[in-house]
Amino acid sequence: MIQFEHVSKHYDEGYDALKDVSFTLNTGELAFLTGHSGAGKSTLLKLVMLMEQPTAGHIQVGDQVLGKLSRHDIPFLRRSIGVVFQNHQLLFDRSVFENVALPLQICGYSPADAARRVRAALDKVGLLNREKMNPRALSSGEQQRVGIARAIVHKPKVLLADEPTGNLDPQLSEEIMRLFEQFNRVGTTVLIASHDLSLIRSMRHRMLTLKSGRLIADG
Amino acid sequence: MDKKRGAERVQPSRTTTVTPQPTSKRGAEQHKVDLKGHSESWMRNHMAVGKNALTKLLGTPIATVMTVAVLAIALTLPGFLFTVLSNVQNLTQGWEGEARLSLYLETSLTDEDADRFSRTLLLRDDIAAIDFISRSQGMLEFKKYSGFGDILDAMNDNPLPAVVVLLPKSRLVADLGIMRAGLQALPEVNEAVLDLEWLQRLDAMLAVAKRAVFVLGVLLGLAVLLVIGNTIKMEIESRRDEIVVSKLVGATDAWVRRPFLYTGVWYGLLGALCAWLIVQVAWLMLETPAQELAQLYRSQFQLSGLGFSGSALLLFMSVLLGWLGAWIAVRRHLREIEPS
Ligand SMILES: Nc1ncnc2c1ncn2[C@@H]1O[C@H](COP(=O)(O)OP(=O)(O)O)[C@@H](O)[C@H]1O
Ligand SMILES: [Mg+2]
Repeated sequence: MIQFEHVSKHYDEGYDALKDVSFTLNTGELAFLTGHSGAGKSTLLKLVMLMEQPTAGHIQVGDQVLGKLSRHDIPFLRRSIGVVFQNHQLLFDRSVFENVALPLQICGYSPADAARRVRAALDKVGLLNREKMNPRALSSGEQQRVGIARAIVHKPKVLLADEPTGNLDPQLSEEIMRLFEQFNRVGTTVLIASHDLSLIRSMRHRMLTLKSGRLIADG
Repeated sequence: MDKKRGAERVQPSRTTTVTPQPTSKRGAEQHKVDLKGHSESWMRNHMAVGKNALTKLLGTPIATVMTVAVLAIALTLPGFLFTVLSNVQNLTQGWEGEARLSLYLETSLTDEDADRFSRTLLLRDDIAAIDFISRSQGMLEFKKYSGFGDILDAMNDNPLPAVVVLLPKSRLVADLGIMRAGLQALPEVNEAVLDLEWLQRLDAMLAVAKRAVFVLGVLLGLAVLLVIGNTIKMEIESRRDEIVVSKLVGATDAWVRRPFLYTGVWYGLLGALCAWLIVQVAWLMLETPAQELAQLYRSQFQLSGLGFSGSALLLFMSVLLGWLGAWIAVRRHLREIEPS
């Protein structure tokens, strides 16, 4: 589902964020992406989302070769991927419901259909009774779960998460990770960047380890 | 795996064959979609976005009123001057109706020839009526009114030419000028004189004034463009998060642009409505004094406001400028906002 072939990324102002990274993530697989801060985890996820272009190498997502996509095609690629990013969070000028409904509006679902799917997504993350609230009024764990609901509401084939447990306590972190496992169980391909080693070791999934932009361990 | 160009569209409208993935588990349920739903959802999105944009504007009434007031002033000025000009033109068109052309015929023509010539003029379809004054007739009248009869009697020859006074059908100064030149060129005519040179001058002045109003209109139109462009630019800046998140979950450029374009159109529409109201009220206030004035001169002249076509033009131009201003702002600033 996600395939990297000799991918490198060099930022204009800085040194190489990724060096010759190759791996394949099969459909329906769940893997963790780990490494120290600055190892290149976020960069790798951004390449998948086409938020950045690789300096060298090929990336394939599903049957799309990313290097061949035009600017016009990017939105449609992104619709097949759900993302949970730490810094691209919720919009505080609207309710939880409207936050989660945004991807569906963009894809053009009818309001009735969208409402049904939003409730299903909120139900999955256990926040059905919070739909009318402003996300500002929620705890950080709940906010993160709203972000996850937004990422999976349109049933993407791929789910990416960048430090989804960043500032949550261990118990909440585990709950969030279990949620990802749950989505993976129904067939979604999941890739989670996290430096919370103790937690992800305990979960016994594939681990891709980056160090200074190189993939040093896979297994 | 078949490699096709272009990302697979997963929006509900354009159905694409979802290539079955080689998977042991059941793939995430894909959405079934129909083609008819596309235009429907497109329409729905436009309606919702348009309504939303208006709601947002009305939700910040003070800022909106300020912007709309600036737009209204910029639109009122050319709108008002334009109607002033068209009224002045209406008025002078009434005067042009009095235009007369006098043809002084060659003195070598006999009265019979001159009479025949004047009759041929009647056949022309650009002349409504003629009045022929023969040389002898002219002499009689001159003697009667001037009191120089004795002097004229002493002369052997009648020095006065025959005169044809004609009433042209056209009331336009430009037409009259051309007609005069044409008649002047006839061999029988010594001199053709249009009595209304001053009207021509007025017409030329009106042309200059029209040009000035046009230039002013263009400048103020540019101002409208700038005001709306700047307002939209600030709006884009304040909605940066929303834009970033939308792009991240797969919004197309058109989708991101849409609310701002609608905001521009609403500004244009509101500005035009205010300007229209101001112009109409101004003319309403001028109507009574103008009518009294017209009555003093026994004139049929009636003030007219913007009228239907003027109002339509004002509305159309303003909405167009609103849309264009927003479009320029969006073009310049939206691409810079990308998730990173
Ligand atoms: N936009 C950028 N411009 C320049 N350098 C960047 C940019 N983003 C990340 N980097 C650099 O690339 C390296 C990898 O960063 P990142 O992918 O964010 O690592 P991680 O997510 O593992 O902490 C770091 O050295 C970082 O400074
Ligand atoms: Mg990071």
